[in-house]
Amino acid sequence: METITAASGTTSLTWLLIALPLAGAVILLGTGRVTNKWGHLLGVATIAGSFGVAVTLWLSLLAKPSEDRAVRQFLFTWLDLGRFKVDVALQLDQLSMAFVLLITGVGLLIHVYAVGYMKGDDGRRRFFGYLNLFVAAMLLLVLADSYVLLYVGWEGVGLASYLLIGYYQTRDTAGPAAKKAFVVNRVGDIGMSVAIMLMFAAFGTVTFQGVFEAAPGASSAMVNGIGFMLLLAACGKSAQFPLQSWLLDAMEGPTPVSALIHAATMVTAGVYLIARSNPIFDLAPTAQMAVIIVGLITLLAGGIIASAKDDIKKALAGSTMSAIGYMMLAVGLGPTGYVFAIAFLLAHGFFKAGLFLGAGSVMHGMNDQVNMRRFGGLRSVMAITTATFGLGYLAIIGIPPLAGYFTKDLIIESALARSPIIGGLAIIGAGLTAFYMSRIFFMTFIGKKRWTEDVHPHESPWSMTVPMLVLAIGSVASGYLLMRDYTLEKWLEPVTGFVEPETSLSHVVVTSITLTSVAVGIVAAILLYLRRDVPQVAPEKVSFLVVAARKDLFGDAFNEAVFMRPGQWLTRSLVWVDNRVIDGAVNGVAASLGGLSARARRIQTGYTRSYSLVMLSGALLVLVLLAIVGR
Amino acid sequence: MNPMNYIYLSAALFSIGAFGVLFRRNAIVVFMCVELMLNAANLAFVTFARINGTLDGQVVAFFVMVVAAAEVVIGLAIIMSIFATRRSASIDEANLLRS
Repeated sequence: METITAASGTTSLTWLLIALPLAGAVILLGTGRVTNKWGHLLGVATIAGSFGVAVTLWLSLLAKPSEDRAVRQFLFTWLDLGRFKVDVALQLDQLSMAFVLLITGVGLLIHVYAVGYMKGDDGRRRFFGYLNLFVAAMLLLVLADSYVLLYVGWEGVGLASYLLIGYYQTRDTAGPAAKKAFVVNRVGDIGMSVAIMLMFAAFGTVTFQGVFEAAPGASSAMVNGIGFMLLLAACGKSAQFPLQSWLLDAMEGPTPVSALIHAATMVTAGVYLIARSNPIFDLAPTAQMAVIIVGLITLLAGGIIASAKDDIKKALAGSTMSAIGYMMLAVGLGPTGYVFAIAFLLAHGFFKAGLFLGAGSVMHGMNDQVNMRRFGGLRSVMAITTATFGLGYLAIIGIPPLAGYFTKDLIIESALARSPIIGGLAIIGAGLTAFYMSRIFFMTFIGKKRWTEDVHPHESPWSMTVPMLVLAIGSVASGYLLMRDYTLEKWLEPVTGFVEPETSLSHVVVTSITLTSVAVGIVAAILLYLRRDVPQVAPEKVSFLVVAARKDLFGDAFNEAVFMRPGQWLTRSLVWVDNRVIDGAVNGVAASLGGLSARARRIQTGYTRSYSLVMLSGALLVLVLLAIVGR
Repeated sequence: MNPMNYIYLSAALFSIGAFGVLFRRNAIVVFMCVELMLNAANLAFVTFARINGTLDGQVVAFFVMVVAAAEVVIGLAIIMSIFATRRSASIDEANLLRS
């Protein structure tokens, strides 16, 4: 257990990390048209400021000895209700520092890119406001010192993603995609809130430190229960099986958003949650196994889906699913995997952002078309995009010495150390990755030109290419820099712990097996998409697997049949009960009283004489009765 | 003289008044019939006071007279305004409150 000291000196700047982008979001979304002219610049400036603070903090942490690096900055007490006390306090340690650098760094590049990409869009100021909100929420998520505060950032990320996915309000498909992301994330959030409730019930506290200190004393069932709930939450945010369906539809948002969601924010939140909760998962082997299984299913499913999509962004989205699957698999492996998961996450942040920005650059030049069957041969006109995309492509499939090789191979190695089956599936996944990424690259940049007649592809402006170049450099170098001489292992060890995976196979053998699998994938892609002409219309006669992959492995159909239809049936029957039974009772009472009074009203004739007659008869009746009774 | 005669007279006057209220249409006549019934009641009160040798009935008769006087003022005013607006003193036509 690491010791946490109060923030002082440089580290008391931690709150600025969140405050800057949040202030940007408030100004941009609050001031309206006044800031239209320079709003995007303010958006970039706040993230740049945040990144500057992040680097300063990083340097000040580096200056400290390894075990004293974690600091906690108390801001104010949020809730104080008897035993339930929640402070708004930020915890900056090695794990959150790594995430903060990724989020602000890659986020900054994406912001710069978006200045060029969104040029000419009427809502650019609003878009940058949302982007700033997204970054602020994600930073709060990784800097929170308790699960409740993390939950605030968690929901903030959900809200910002909803706003950004549905950014193109005039498109019919954007609204439903945004709602889908929101609703599926809500399902995961149930896990998060139940986990928080369980923690409070079992430990009486919701801070990371308190929970982790108390966790060893709790029953195994309780710890596993919390673990499963956290896994459900992570599945929702990180688009893991069975809550993966929103990610592919999330491509409706502008491309910088896709890059931000897939590289720096949102989908990495689930991996962060599990890596952060490592003391709980280390005590809960069942939940840990479930994390591994979820990761394996998702990494294979994502690869299969990505192999069949013709939409370049959707293919990349499938690739993200698969990559996050690798990270989940790694965090499920325990202390042998946490560091590798974070390493792959950081490297993935570079090359996936680069790939998405490259895809955005291609779309920019191709009139916003996304169908790869109508691309081809773009390398002749888009040299920089081809180079940066190509480097990202080589990095993600794990060609040495690029980033993916250093990080993904280590995940595979520690998976092999756990069990040959897990490792074997991870190696198959590596082959799949090589296949679909080669397919994307070949169909887009190489081969014959299959363009529609009205497009005139051109290279993008410098504000878009510069971030792509920086990310490409990151894709090349980040793996080596992170893993050289156990750099990241030493850095993260106080937070997540680290155990060297012990394999019976030597490092060289594992690498050769993985590279063979990658080579098979590339060769298959060459045979299918370079040697043969790519049809401009997707072929109809295809195998069942391709049909299934095109339909996202029937994920939507399954959800529709199992959850949506019965859910609709249930709501319809509840509406019927409400209308007929409950409203019926209320309306029935009113109607019968109304009918009764309508009858009673007839007595009131309006003739004074008839009233007097009634009065007289009554008086006489009383007299007669008195006479009878009185006798 | 037998005081019961006064009671019979009172009953007869009351019956005439009630008959008039029930069967006449003219508001003025109905109104006079009401007064007749009140006076019949007064006669009965005074007679009973005389028979019993107490003053209670006499006192009540005074109250009835006061009330009757006030009632005449208000009643006549209402009849006047109804006549002024509708040009008719028929109580059957003054049924605006009915619906």
